[in-house]
Amino acid sequence: MKISRRAFLASTGAAGTSALLGGLGLDVGSSVALAAETRPQRGKIFTTICPFCGVGCGQIVEVRAGKIVSIEGDPDHPINEGSVCSKGAAVYQVHHNERRLRKVKYRKPGADAWEELSWDQAIPMIAQRVKQARDATWVGQRDGRVINHTSGIACLGGAALDTEECYLLSKAMRGLGVVWLEHQARI
Amino acid sequence: MTNHWIDMKNADVVMICGSNAVENHPIAARWITKAKENGAVVLSCDPRYTRTSAFADHYCKMRSGTDIAFVGGMINYALQHDRIQHEYVRHYTNATFIINPAYGFSQGLFAGYDSKTRSYDRSKWVYELDEGGVPRRDMTMRHPRCVFQLLKKHFARYDLDTVCNITGAPKEVYSKICDIYTSTWAPDRVAAWLYAMGTTQHSHATQNIHAYVILQLLLGNIGMAGGGVNAMRGESNVQGSTDMGLLFHSLPGYLQAASAPLQTLAEYLEKYTPKSNDPQSANWWQNYPKYAISLLKAFWGNQAGKDNDFAYSYLGKTTGDHSFMAMFEAMHAGTIKGLLCFGMNPAVGGPNSNKGREALAKLEWLVCADLFETDTAAFWKRPGVDPSTINTEVFLLPAAASVEKEGSIVNSGRWAQWRYQAVDPPGDARSDAWILTRLITELKDAYAAGGAFPQPILHLTWDYGQQADPHGEPDIHRVAREINGYFTEDREIDGKQYKAGDQVPGFALLQADGSTACGCWLFCASYPGPSKDDNRMARRQRSDPAKDPLGLNPNWAWCWPVNRRVLYNRASVDMQGQPWDPKRVLLRWNEAAKKWEGDVPDGPWPPGTKLPFIMRPEGVGCLFATALADGPFPEHYEPVESPVRNLLSSVQYSPVCKVWEPDKIGDAREFPIVATTYRVCEHWQAGAMSRNMPWLVELVPDVFVELSTDLARRKGIHNGDWVRVRSKRGELKARALVTNRFEPFSVGGKLVDQIGIPWHWGYTGLATGDSANVLTAHVGDPNTMIPEFKAFLCQVEKA
Repeated sequence: MKISRRAFLASTGAAGTSALLGGLGLDVGSSVALAAETRPQRGKIFTTICPFCGVGCGQIVEVRAGKIVSIEGDPDHPINEGSVCSKGAAVYQVHHNERRLRKVKYRKPGADAWEELSWDQAIPMIAQRVKQARDATWVGQRDGRVINHTSGIACLGGAALDTEECYLLSKAMRGLGVVWLEHQARI
Repeated sequence: MTNHWIDMKNADVVMICGSNAVENHPIAARWITKAKENGAVVLSCDPRYTRTSAFADHYCKMRSGTDIAFVGGMINYALQHDRIQHEYVRHYTNATFIINPAYGFSQGLFAGYDSKTRSYDRSKWVYELDEGGVPRRDMTMRHPRCVFQLLKKHFARYDLDTVCNITGAPKEVYSKICDIYTSTWAPDRVAAWLYAMGTTQHSHATQNIHAYVILQLLLGNIGMAGGGVNAMRGESNVQGSTDMGLLFHSLPGYLQAASAPLQTLAEYLEKYTPKSNDPQSANWWQNYPKYAISLLKAFWGNQAGKDNDFAYSYLGKTTGDHSFMAMFEAMHAGTIKGLLCFGMNPAVGGPNSNKGREALAKLEWLVCADLFETDTAAFWKRPGVDPSTINTEVFLLPAAASVEKEGSIVNSGRWAQWRYQAVDPPGDARSDAWILTRLITELKDAYAAGGAFPQPILHLTWDYGQQADPHGEPDIHRVAREINGYFTEDREIDGKQYKAGDQVPGFALLQADGSTACGCWLFCASYPGPSKDDNRMARRQRSDPAKDPLGLNPNWAWCWPVNRRVLYNRASVDMQGQPWDPKRVLLRWNEAAKKWEGDVPDGPWPPGTKLPFIMRPEGVGCLFATALADGPFPEHYEPVESPVRNLLSSVQYSPVCKVWEPDKIGDAREFPIVATTYRVCEHWQAGAMSRNMPWLVELVPDVFVELSTDLARRKGIHNGDWVRVRSKRGELKARALVTNRFEPFSVGGKLVDQIGIPWHWGYTGLATGDSANVLTAHVGDPNTMIPEFKAFLCQVEKA
């Protein structure tokens, strides 16, 4: 029995899934097969893990012509087996979102608005401020003890980063002698 | 988590306390559902009747901040009714250990308390040692100073009436909870304890968890499939970020930060390498020097050698408490000049957030890297402030989202799972790895021309190449391989040759002589070879349920340590290596083949030769804890702000907890209502992502205050009314959500109201609203310094 995806979805909406399945005399297994069969040609598939809570649900990202067309639960993932929660179902909008930052923004002291910078402008400015703060607040020794830290720079965050990035952040801050180093695990 | 998500299906009893898992970890509920289908009983204990409570078989209410009384009563119930797994307790816990005579407890205080410094002298709570330096044990557990007897005495005070008086739990329901939970004392019954921030965000948070541990050890539920003490992590990679040492006190792999008194590497290693004279103790942390020196090699490469203490002096030394609240106090005092903030929104997530926002204005500069404009990045234009009065320079860097870069994240069950880049990030957005690489490269150039102690920056190894993409993103696989570890020189170990540059196959091969470099020893074996095919975090082979009935899925992704899916699994078998529970075989010693079968065991030694808790120098689970700041046993104290006096002792709140602003503690006469914060499924943490996502905002647009119908009636508040909530720190306005999910508690004959406020909101994004954390205090746990978000005082009025 052939049914178009549009018709499948339309009748699901009209009658509810169970009524539809009952009416068509299909069991759930074959309805899953049907949905897969009638689904439009897939683009390129990437697997990912949901960026929200710590359950670690698998998701599949479908990309066509360089654009994400869907993000949905990964049925092969042993933890969620295709399920996602309301946040997981909305991950598509983390990427497709007009509110995403697309430029470096900079706010001058006392200013009431952002201006835009290029990376080539911003990185040297930030590095200069980090260096100045580090050099100005460097504690080489105190009370006869070698301290080698900066008391004037703090760093926060990490739980939303990839593990490799967390390692790099930890390494970078230890390289700079930053001891005000914290993230979401404490709060 | 000691166990993992799928493992919940293996439990006979699931306790969810200090968490609303069904709301905040919804997919976890799939596995709790499977447990129910297998006949498990699900218990929910919470101040509010949550979605989890609706899902549970039994719900017991308890007032916020009374977990130790609640669980202490369960411990007492188990002891009084002899519902303990005797063999497990005798052999696998420190119940048999004799404590020195200086230990004592009276009037709410343990021995060794100094009221001037508000701290304990922990030398009063140590094990009595024999001539060989091994803790003395009484295997009959009758010695008056053995831990078992001390434990019984301590918790005898937590009787049913006292506990229900303190917690406000109804006696009948509470007794039922005790009965059901402690039924898992039988070796072939097991209970899983699940918790989250409802447990950890208290001024006695660590002891809350210690109480769970004591109960689980008495019942023989740790190390078992379907058991454990399971912290459900709220952020997708808060496990990985913690593993990587993004905390002031911790280096990657839970190595200790270097502190000022430890001036040499030898002093540092001496302090943190535990010793044991007990031949039965594996004392795994005896390998500490291998992990620490390999880390220094990963950081500083050839510049870390024997001649310079492996560059130990490059590590900045801590000089006290640099934790989150201390940081904001220092920032507010003006000693911190600049803040780098990667994917975090402390202006909403931090306690006393009005003070936090004021602190940001004391900075000379602030750098935020994020997906959206956050409340933290926009603090200078928040409602009610004049931007021209704020001189902080702010950089807001566009970061890449999870599907726009490649790398791994670690879930609550310690599974490191790989993610792939599907598309490029929008506009100028870049990965945090790219941003850090650009910044460090620029700083290396700047310090080449001089500056304060430039060596740690100039010598920091940072060679991650560039991918072929147009932005020159660093090769994240190189980072992953460094985290795993590699040989720095040719070595022969046990007859096998390793070449310089070879990946280290596992942490047992890490060396303390500088011949290995390893970014995080716990991840050694995650990427044991040079090719992308060696990346075990990317594995996607599910188990056949017939062959893997417990659902360990050992070939799916990779789990630290060494792909061990259940921690302390040697405690799941008896002294002969045979499972306590033949229905759930996590591990078994095959005597004929002389090997372990099942999960990766906690060490290769044959059964009975080593004690099971290998990360503890005493080798057993700690009923009596010698290392905590606030006592060897949990003791009930009220939250720092409480409307009632402590019914158990004259010590009102934790005598050693952190109170940064004593003048900002509210009086119950002015603020008589208990408040807690919580979360909803449709939003996430401080809202930086979810409040910018139209679908989620449409689902839950507004902040609200949830209060009982009883309190609402007395206050003349109707559902949907605007209400004002005040604490000693601040006030907010929100809509009232009047429900029966909160009920007043009867505490010592007095009626105590409690309300709850979700804390996701702020002044940026599509959905704006007042932040619950303007109400919370700079008060925290003495061990972890976590803020007491989950119990504070307020007043509620119709706005």
